[in-house]
Amino acid sequence: MIIPQLVWLFAAVAGMLILASILGEILRHRLSPNGSNALIETLNARISAWWAIMILLGLAFLAGNAGVVFLFALVSFAALREFLTITHYNRADHWSLLACFFVVLPLHYAFVLVEWYGMYAIVVPVYVFLLLPVLSALRGSTRNFLVRVAETQWALMICVYCVSHVPALLSLEIPGFEGRNMILIAYLVFVVQLSDVLQYVWGQFIGRTRIAPNLSRSKTWEGMVGGVLSATAAGTALWWMTPFSPLQAAGMCLLITLMGFLGSLVLSAIKRDRGVRDWGHLIGGHGGFLDRLDSVIFAAPIFFHVTRYFWSLT
Amino acid sequence: MIRVLRSLAAAVTGQAISVFARFVTAPRAIWQGIEPVPGQRIYFANHSSNGDFVLLWTVLPPALRRQTRPVAALDYWLKSSLRAFIGREVFNAVLIDRRPESRREDPVTQMVEALDRGASLILFPEGQRNSTDAPLLPFKAGLYHLAAARPRVDLVPVWIANLNKVMPKGEVIPVPLICTLTFGAPLHLAPDEPKAAFLARMAAALLTLQDRLVDPP
Repeated sequence: MIIPQLVWLFAAVAGMLILASILGEILRHRLSPNGSNALIETLNARISAWWAIMILLGLAFLAGNAGVVFLFALVSFAALREFLTITHYNRADHWSLLACFFVVLPLHYAFVLVEWYGMYAIVVPVYVFLLLPVLSALRGSTRNFLVRVAETQWALMICVYCVSHVPALLSLEIPGFEGRNMILIAYLVFVVQLSDVLQYVWGQFIGRTRIAPNLSRSKTWEGMVGGVLSATAAGTALWWMTPFSPLQAAGMCLLITLMGFLGSLVLSAIKRDRGVRDWGHLIGGHGGFLDRLDSVIFAAPIFFHVTRYFWSLT
Repeated sequence: MIRVLRSLAAAVTGQAISVFARFVTAPRAIWQGIEPVPGQRIYFANHSSNGDFVLLWTVLPPALRRQTRPVAALDYWLKSSLRAFIGREVFNAVLIDRRPESRREDPVTQMVEALDRGASLILFPEGQRNSTDAPLLPFKAGLYHLAAARPRVDLVPVWIANLNKVMPKGEVIPVPLICTLTFGAPLHLAPDEPKAAFLARMAAALLTLQDRLVDPP
C-alpha cells in the first residue's frame, strides 16, 4: 500500500540528494578533477551512500512490514559484526557469540515481526542477559569473565535491541493513524539523520567550543545547538504527516535529536577506548553501519516508548 | 563438454565461497605499502586458520585473483574428491608435499615453475597453522629458496587479522567478525643476504603490519 505522505517525504529527500549530488559534482570538477582532494571524495562517497540508504529503505517499505523487519535484522547483523569485532572475548565465548548471531538475533526479530511486545521488550534484557553468560561459564574460562559477558550483552543491547525499536514502531496502534506506521519510521530516521548532517554543517561554519575534546574534534556546542534546532524546525514543519500536533512534534524532535547526539557521543567513546577511527568500512565515506546509525540507535527506543505511552493503545 | 562444465562449476563454487567469506568476515583490504595493480608477486601471510588463503584470494581484484595461485599442502587437499576439486580447480592451487620422505617433486621447483608460467603465489612461510600464543611461528626456508631463484619477483607481506577468532581451532561454525588484511611494501632478497637474516627480516616486516586493535583477555 502506498502512503501519500511517505511518497512526499521520499520525493523531498530525493530532491535534497539531487541538489547535493549536483553540488558534489561541481566541487569535484572544480577542486578535485583527478580525485586528489580527499575531503571532496569523501563528500561524494557519502552522498552516494545516502542514495543507497534511501533506495534500500524505500524498497523495504514497498515490501511491507516483513520487508522493513528483514532490512533492520540485516542492519543489526552488520552492526553486531562490527561491535563484537572490538570487544573482549576468548575461545570459551565462541558458543555465546554464535548464539548472539544465529539464535538471539533471529528470535528477537521474529518477535518484532509477529508484534509480540511482551517478548521483544524483554527477551534480550532478561532472558538473554541471564542465560548467555551460562554458555561462557560452562566452557570454563574465568579470565576477565565479567568484562567478556558485559561487553557481549552491551553489543546485543545496542545492535539488536535498540536497532529493532525502529521496525517495532510498526506494531503501535495509534487511533486515526492505522496503516500509516511506516511514516513514524521514515520520520524518525529523517529527523535524526538530518540533525547529524546539520550538526556537522553548523559545526563547520560556526563551531568553536568543543564539547568533549577527548572524544571528538568535530562535536561543538555551536554545531550541536544549530543542528538540533534546525532539524527540530524541519521535523516540526512535517507535523502534518505524524500523529503529533505541531507543538508535540517539536517536543518529539527535540527529544530524538538530543538522544541522537548523545548516542554518537557514547559510541565515539567506545571507539576511542578501543583505538579505532571507524566501526567498519562497508558504507563508503561514512565508515561502518554503527558510524551511520549511532544516533538512530539511541533515539529509536525513546521515540518508541514515548509514542507508545502517550499515543498508542497497545 | 565435461571440461567446460567442470570449469563452470569451479567458477560458481569459487564465487560462492567468496560470497560466504564476505558475509562472515566483511574482509577489508588495507593496501598500505603497495597498490592492487597487476604485477608478479609472492604474497606471504601469517597462517592461523584454514580460511586464510580464501580470504586473501577474496580481497584481490578479479584480474589479480585469476593469476594468483595459493600454495597448499597436498596431503590436506587431496584427502577427498571434493577437497581436490576445490583445491585444484576452484583455487588452482600449487599442491606441494610437506613430507620430504614420500614426495616425488621438490616444492620449490613446483613453485618456481608456477612463477615462470606467470602466476603470482600465496604462501604461508610458517608451513603450518599457528595455534600458539606467539604471533608467528619460525619461517620455513621455502620463501628464501624462492626469493633466491626468482629475485625480481615482489615479496609482499600480508597480515591477516582476526580470522583465528572467527573460527578458533577445533570449532566448526564460524562467528561473524570483521577481518582486515594489511598489505605491506614489497621486499626482495638482498645480494649475499644469509638465509637466517633474510627470513628474520621477512618475519619482522610481516609483524609490523599487525593490527594493534584488540588485546585478547
